[in-house]
Amino acid sequence: MPAPKDAIVKPPPFTYHRPATRFEVDELLGEYGADAKLLAGGQSLVPMLNMRQMSPAHVIDLGGLVGEPSVPVWRGAESTLWFGPLVRHVAVEKSRAVLEGAPLLSKAMDMVAHPPVRSRGTFVGAIAHADPASELPAVLVLLGGQVRVRSHNGIRTLAGQELYAGPFELTIAADEWIDEVRLPPGRRSDRFAIEEFTRRDADFAVCGVAATVREVGDVLVTALAFFGVGATPRRFELSAMSSDDITGGQLDLAVRELVAARLEPHDDIHATAAFRRHLAERLAVRAVRRAATSERSTE
Amino acid sequence: MRVSPGEQVTVKLSVNGIVHDVAVESRWLLSDVLRHQLGLTGTHVGCENGACGCCTVIVSGQPARACLLFAIQLEGAEIETVESLAAPDGELHPLQESFRRHHGLQCGFCTPGQLMNAKPLYRQAPEMPDCELRSALSGMICRCTGYQGIVDAVRDAARIEDEREDAK
Ligand SMILES: Cc1cc2nc3c(=O)[nH]c(=O)nc-3n(C[C@H](O)[C@H](O)[C@H](O)COP(=O)(O)OP(=O)(O)OC[C@H]3O[C@@H](n4cnc5c(N)ncnc54)[C@H](O)[C@@H]3O)c2cc1C
Ligand code: FES
Ligand code: FES
Repeated sequence: MPAPKDAIVKPPPFTYHRPATRFEVDELLGEYGADAKLLAGGQSLVPMLNMRQMSPAHVIDLGGLVGEPSVPVWRGAESTLWFGPLVRHVAVEKSRAVLEGAPLLSKAMDMVAHPPVRSRGTFVGAIAHADPASELPAVLVLLGGQVRVRSHNGIRTLAGQELYAGPFELTIAADEWIDEVRLPPGRRSDRFAIEEFTRRDADFAVCGVAATVREVGDVLVTALAFFGVGATPRRFELSAMSSDDITGGQLDLAVRELVAARLEPHDDIHATAAFRRHLAERLAVRAVRRAATSERSTE
Repeated sequence: MRVSPGEQVTVKLSVNGIVHDVAVESRWLLSDVLRHQLGLTGTHVGCENGACGCCTVIVSGQPARACLLFAIQLEGAEIETVESLAAPDGELHPLQESFRRHHGLQCGFCTPGQLMNAKPLYRQAPEMPDCELRSALSGMICRCTGYQGIVDAVRDAARIEDEREDAK
């Protein structure tokens, strides 16, 4: 009954490792570094292996790590929301802690992939994958999140922004990996929105933007992070505006200026650069208006 | 645990309630192990990169892409495939019956994935707003039906099941 062996192998051959502790992961990466890939949910790595876009000599499966929480948890004196390397999208989507502490992430997670992908894909894996079209790195950067990076040489913490070197590329060394992502507690008065344009529901965005609006005295300070446009996620602040500016034409002007000065939309099979620029402007205006007029997040 | 290229290790997989000890190489995909090692060819393979949904099976209660999992990752997991749906005497599962009635399939290539994706949710489907139901089904590509029949089938399956229960 078994088919000829050649018929049933598509991913390139690799040595498979299943470490039980974070320390063992450090050791394995210390030894194999550049020849190794970590396997978290596999929802981005396995497609790349199946298509033979890469052929790592070693695959290190994080799925065997013992004692890792499967849900996001509050931790520390200032109540940081903490995500371990095995927290799956579906657990983030259903998490009360996320809904209360980072409601923007709950909204973003609704837009990430389809249920059969969300059931396996991990939050930290998506942060590490650095897909410029993904919602999640943009949310990390916009909310001022941090990543904890470790290796056999020690542990260090980076601001989300410092993690990204380019599309699908991180600034960390080949023997380093991410063992935690943290989101700071939002202020009760912060308001959020996320908007995207996709070819089908829950697919990668052709262009999208997440926005936060914070009241500072009697003005509103708006920050934006785009995805699907630009090589790495960045956080942009608009100059302070009144709520009338936001509902009126002032916002459109500020967004147009920002997009013209700071974004470099690209052409691809899904959209021309001009269409992406249009989407970036319109979605940003819509997101900021939605955020500014939305109910306060935790009330 | 360390498994070299070409080396085979035995993995315990529960598939449709039967526990199999399967010898696998580290790079063997669940979709291929189901089809070629276990002879369960109901699970179809379209794109092998997660996009089409044909290979969707249920792993530990949740739908998952069989083409994006290595069998070696799944020691002890409970897997359900399309072969688990119809009764041993051939009576169709209510979900299958509903697909038949509502023209939820034409060529049938995507259907095993559609069924397994819908299985965990069809009991809630009658109450789901249309946009929510369509979103839950949106990860599955069908080249034939135009989707309307699939949406109708998933929405009506619970009623067909209840009707059957009442008739008993
Ligand atoms: C059909 C489809 C649609 C999708 N749509 C979306 C979408 O709309 N939005 C979106 O954001 N994503 C989408 N995804 C991707 C999905 O979110 C992935 O789950 C995610 O990008 C990667 O997470 P993972 O756990 O599967 O990581 P893996 O695939 O296991 O790993 C991804 C990469 O990150 C590395 N890595 C993993 N963990 C770590 C770590 N702890 N430290 C350092 N490196 C690590 C791996 O080595 C690999 O290079 C989609 C995927 C599919 C198949
Ligand atoms: S074959 Fe697995 S999703 Fe297409
Ligand atoms: S029935 Fe032919 S692809 Fe769906």
